[in-house]
Amino acid sequence: MALLQLSEPGQSAAPHEHRLAVGIDLGTTNSLVATVRSGISVVLSDELGRPLLPSVVHYAAEGVVDVGYEAQARQSIDPRNTVVSVKRFMGRGRADIAHIESMPYDFEDSPGMVKLRTAQGVKSPVEISADILKNLRTRAEAALGGQLTGAVITVPAYFDDAQRQATKDAARLAGINVLRLLNEPTAAAIAYGLDNGAEGIYAVYDLGGGTFDISILKLSKGVFQVLATGGDSALGGDDFDHRVFCWVIEQAKLSPVSPHDARLLQTRAREAKEHLTQHGEAPITAKLSTGEFVDLTLTSEIFNEISKTLVQKTLGPTRKALRDAGLSPADVKGVVMVGGATRMPQIQKAVGEYFGQEPLNNLDPDKVVALGAAIQANLLAGNRAAGDDWLLLDVIPLSLGIETMGGLTEKIIPRNSTIPVARAQEFTTFKDGQAAMALHVVQGERELVSDCRSLARFELRGIPPMVAGAARIRVTFQVDADGLLSVTAREQTTGHEARIEVKPSYGLTDDEVAAMLKDGFSHASDDAFRRALREAQVEAQRLIEAVQSALKEDAQLLSTLERAHVDACLGKLQAVMMGDNRRAIDDAMDNLNKATAEFAARRMNQSVQRALAGKKVSELES
Amino acid sequence: MAVTLTESAAKHVSNFIAKRGKGIGIRLGVKTSGCSGMAYKLEFADVAEPEDVVFDTHGLKVLVDPRSLPYIDGTELDYAKEGLNEGFKFNNPNIKDQCGCGESFTV
Repeated sequence: MALLQLSEPGQSAAPHEHRLAVGIDLGTTNSLVATVRSGISVVLSDELGRPLLPSVVHYAAEGVVDVGYEAQARQSIDPRNTVVSVKRFMGRGRADIAHIESMPYDFEDSPGMVKLRTAQGVKSPVEISADILKNLRTRAEAALGGQLTGAVITVPAYFDDAQRQATKDAARLAGINVLRLLNEPTAAAIAYGLDNGAEGIYAVYDLGGGTFDISILKLSKGVFQVLATGGDSALGGDDFDHRVFCWVIEQAKLSPVSPHDARLLQTRAREAKEHLTQHGEAPITAKLSTGEFVDLTLTSEIFNEISKTLVQKTLGPTRKALRDAGLSPADVKGVVMVGGATRMPQIQKAVGEYFGQEPLNNLDPDKVVALGAAIQANLLAGNRAAGDDWLLLDVIPLSLGIETMGGLTEKIIPRNSTIPVARAQEFTTFKDGQAAMALHVVQGERELVSDCRSLARFELRGIPPMVAGAARIRVTFQVDADGLLSVTAREQTTGHEARIEVKPSYGLTDDEVAAMLKDGFSHASDDAFRRALREAQVEAQRLIEAVQSALKEDAQLLSTLERAHVDACLGKLQAVMMGDNRRAIDDAMDNLNKATAEFAARRMNQSVQRALAGKKVSELES
Repeated sequence: MAVTLTESAAKHVSNFIAKRGKGIGIRLGVKTSGCSGMAYKLEFADVAEPEDVVFDTHGLKVLVDPRSLPYIDGTELDYAKEGLNEGFKFNNPNIKDQCGCGESFTV
């Protein structure tokens, strides 16, 4: 019996055509999935009523993949195969990752996106994220009683194209149709904006586990416009844990600790941080594998002191975003707090002081992003109510441009342009008779290409010979609603064109994704294998029977030695035939075919001779 | 006969209407589609049509258009939880047969 939800007037779905859409907050520390039920956005909890899914994946040697709390429980036992905060690795190379030296993982030394060696082989951050997404998808399908139409997945506003592409790849791998990627602060604004119906300029201060985002939004007449974004993609609650962790190491005068102990102390550090939200001091006790005891007390004063620079670090991008929007703190009507780390009293205080007002907290800061994403997903899936025709405008987080002579960046689409957007600019040749032009697409705010992130390279060929500076090459940048880029270069006199969908350097190629999808269909490949084996077995059986009947009829055509060889090959084929080694069967068939080739030729000659015996040549010619 | 809500269903409906911020009640009905002929309609109601039959149950208005009424008269709308899933359920005395999914039925 299907359970029905209340629809908007005139929007009742036809049977079996419910458009089940969810919003997914794929977070650094925790992930959530939410949906709109009878007009209200709700977070979907697991069987035990827990709304959060820790973004932790454990790869056990025996082939089991645990996600969430089960994986978290393995953290201190098996840190090397327990991946936490994988979002920090999305679309990132080794050099991009902070504190890589204190991580307990076995990184593979390869170019491009980092990969981790686990008990189940090398895993890319995309595959690990896909395991988290699969878990959420299963939860959502159980809760909604059907297959998902699609999902809106949130990403930090600061994510560059490589990181966005990696997130999309992960969703694809998890079998989720991505309706849209949505910036997390925009999702939070949707959750707040619709629920409260408030108009004006709002700041969204999002301090999650691993990322900090500040966004300046304008809400008016149901239209959301992102005026500016800023932040730091490597700053979050984890860094506060790390500060406490370092403080513990220093206070307890510990020499370098094992991965196991590091994990234990990091957990204790996080617990102490959370305890300080409600209390003035927190005990930190641990027994290390070396037999050493840690017994310390962290007070709010000490915590404030050691984390002061981190708190300050969030205010820099906040000032910059306001400046980008041409506003001052006094213009901001409200500050939306997002992310569990904003529960820290020193954060509340610093943000309150900067904006001169109490920040808004009436929605759960852990859930607000998922709730907003669910609302957006519900609309994109087509379940929209009359009057819900509001438009969502998003912006480019970082400028997009190309490299020009001398390694300089020429910006084509400036940051904070609203998307979708297309911009074009003309370039020319540098040398007489130059027939080709290399285009290097970069993203970033810096003037030197070497300081920006390289997204893609391609070439435009077939430029007719001209003096330097005479050719006109029009380069068009186009960004779709997901924030993904395509670049076209066109030589204006001949119409020669070259084009690239930005495959960010760290993203996966279609082939790689296809290969992974194929891996996922392990049953299908098992079936294909079985089919091929079966075919080989049938073929072998046919060959054995043919040889046996020939031996019965014409055994005299073979010498004893030849007969022994044929028998040996026959025996070998019979021996391997019922096994599951297809190659062995093929090889044995080959050998038997070769061994009997001469025998077959003699039999052919014999039957020809028999047919011709006693006949005159003239009879044959007629 | 009448169309009624269980207490649990009424509580959820009131809650949904309150959160939605508008609505005079809910509208129940049927439309002809689905694998067994008829499908239920369950919607928020913003306006009452002149021909609507109105039932008051637990202080809520349930609107039914007269063409639908014969098919669902006597129905009690319940709110149920099944595993992780939850939602409304039609307990309709008129149905002879329904498809496995319960979303459509014949009378």
